[in-house]
Amino acid sequence: MPLTREQRLALHARARDLRKDVVNITAFSGGAHIGGGLSSMDILVLLYFHYLNIDPERPQWEDRDRFVLSKGHGAVAYVPVLARRGFFDFEDVRTFNKFGSPFGMHPDSRRIRGCDASTGSLGHGLPMAVGMALGTRLQGKTCKTFCLLGDGECNEGVVWEALMAAAHYRLTNLVTIIDRNHLMIDGQTEDVMGIEPLADKLAAFGFEVHAVDGHNLDALAGAIERAIEVADQDLKVNGGLKAQAEIRKNGHKPIAIIADTVKGKGVDFMEGQVPWHYGAVDSGLEAKALASLDRYYDAIFAAEGGSNE
Amino acid sequence: MSDNSQTTGTTWNCYDAATMTAREIYGRVLSDLSDKDPRIVGLSADLAKSTSIAIFEKHAPERFFNVGIAEQNLMGVAAGMAKVGLIPFASTFAAFASMRACEQVRTDICYQNLPVKIIATHGGMSFGAAGTTHHCTEDLAIMRSFANMTVVVPADGIETANAVRAVKDLPGPAYIRIGRGFEPPFYENENYGFQLGKAVEVHPGTDLTIIACGITVLQAVEAAKSLKEIDGLSVRVLNMHTIKPIDREAIMKAVVETRRILTVEEHSVLGGLGGAVADVIAESGKGCAFSKAGLQDEYALVGYPEDLYAHYKLDANGIIEQVRALLKVEFEEDEDWNDEV
Repeated sequence: MPLTREQRLALHARARDLRKDVVNITAFSGGAHIGGGLSSMDILVLLYFHYLNIDPERPQWEDRDRFVLSKGHGAVAYVPVLARRGFFDFEDVRTFNKFGSPFGMHPDSRRIRGCDASTGSLGHGLPMAVGMALGTRLQGKTCKTFCLLGDGECNEGVVWEALMAAAHYRLTNLVTIIDRNHLMIDGQTEDVMGIEPLADKLAAFGFEVHAVDGHNLDALAGAIERAIEVADQDLKVNGGLKAQAEIRKNGHKPIAIIADTVKGKGVDFMEGQVPWHYGAVDSGLEAKALASLDRYYDAIFAAEGGSNE
Repeated sequence: MSDNSQTTGTTWNCYDAATMTAREIYGRVLSDLSDKDPRIVGLSADLAKSTSIAIFEKHAPERFFNVGIAEQNLMGVAAGMAKVGLIPFASTFAAFASMRACEQVRTDICYQNLPVKIIATHGGMSFGAAGTTHHCTEDLAIMRSFANMTVVVPADGIETANAVRAVKDLPGPAYIRIGRGFEPPFYENENYGFQLGKAVEVHPGTDLTIIACGITVLQAVEAAKSLKEIDGLSVRVLNMHTIKPIDREAIMKAVVETRRILTVEEHSVLGGLGGAVADVIAESGKGCAFSKAGLQDEYALVGYPEDLYAHYKLDANGIIEQVRALLKVEFEEDEDWNDEV
């Protein structure tokens, strides 16, 4: 079902508050991967506040949907999302980057409630997500595994090993999303190591590819709903083992979503700027960033008809 | 034998075990275990046949996953499966498990302390003619350095059966290193009290202790027997099947009682069994003549394994030579330290 206006407004408000959390964490932690955190926020909000079948009261619930942040440096966005979704108190996040904190620049699944996989070394998340999806399908579960990758991360060869396996096993209960923010540490992705034509590559690997605006909630929602629909169709075959064999033979192509995004989205002086891959902000810059976010969301809410809540 | 049913599972007997390779025994034991434990899944990277996990594949095809020639993905996928409550057994050659997929083993599996069981075949120089690309004389050092990891080098197929059963229910990861499959059997049956982290004294002695693992256990015992006959020496042999956690007690007992220790491994002398034993001896502060047999910081030549074992002094003759040399080494005696232990 498409998002209703009320849902969309609520999600935008949530994303606005969380983008502010990202700016705050970057300020009080001494530095964070703010650019890529801001680019992936709309994807994270849509998953965690609309689609993921999870229960903060039961973080280890066996039938839950899984999420793997393969671009583990997005922890500065992921950690506040988990906090605001109810897995822990945002006040706990004040230790971010500090001695002994559960929260560093890359998420630690053994210490962060609600975090399904420790990531940070690029190219490691997607193979684990493939294993989770294969595993839950074997167990006869109908849950899904969502995996968010960076575009620069797609330089890693093992990403393509995992994509090959996902298509081979017709792993439709895995939803692969790429945060295509066009930048990596050393510059533009196409200058450092080109990954285009990315959609064609994914299609050639056996995926049904959806390239959408990664900041347009409706467009993202449409692609995610298509992925869920396909997964549910395949998983309808009853019985774990039977389903496994049947889907391998007759299942759909798995879905890959290329979410076209802007690194630093919402903070005007960071948008599309290579140096803001990782950075620190002092109180002056923090205020400037928060003001920019207000302007960005004022425009969004104005376009929606004036409501900002 | 009367204890056939105790030997390598319930569906096949001791005679079978003596004629099967370690990896075949592994495949069979895994199949037997999987009947009782639905959490077990098997994975390989186009080496299902070569590692004999194909026996499990045939037994439970829905629970076996080949990821193709992609070892990094193999370990990542295994980690993901463990994350949802399965017990994955991942098999490939030791060189690829420990080096091609090194970071996945460390970061995805060990850091998250997941119950992935890596059964690595073709360890050491067992794939001799294949050359250095397919030898693996570094894996024990690598795997030992990963926190949470258990490292086992069974002496033969029978011990492999014991090891596979023992690691199945470990809450964390394990690395079991076996050979290519042409290694002679050492044990006659499984009932010798195998316990992870506990060395087995396989030959008694008081003049010197050989600490061995894997294929060198049989060679060390042969050497000890010859040294008794020819030189009248009393040489203890310990089968140190578990490299990590190492059996400190057995090592200290050997230091105190024999004061001379030779480690023998199909591995570099840097960081493997010899390194683990050296740590314990050095930390004890006790005087002890000590030497490490293995590859002396070099890559092995091409050749049949038996020729390579002879060349690198890992066969009985080579071990005898090194024991005699070690007996000539002087070390500082300490009158008091018997009292301190």
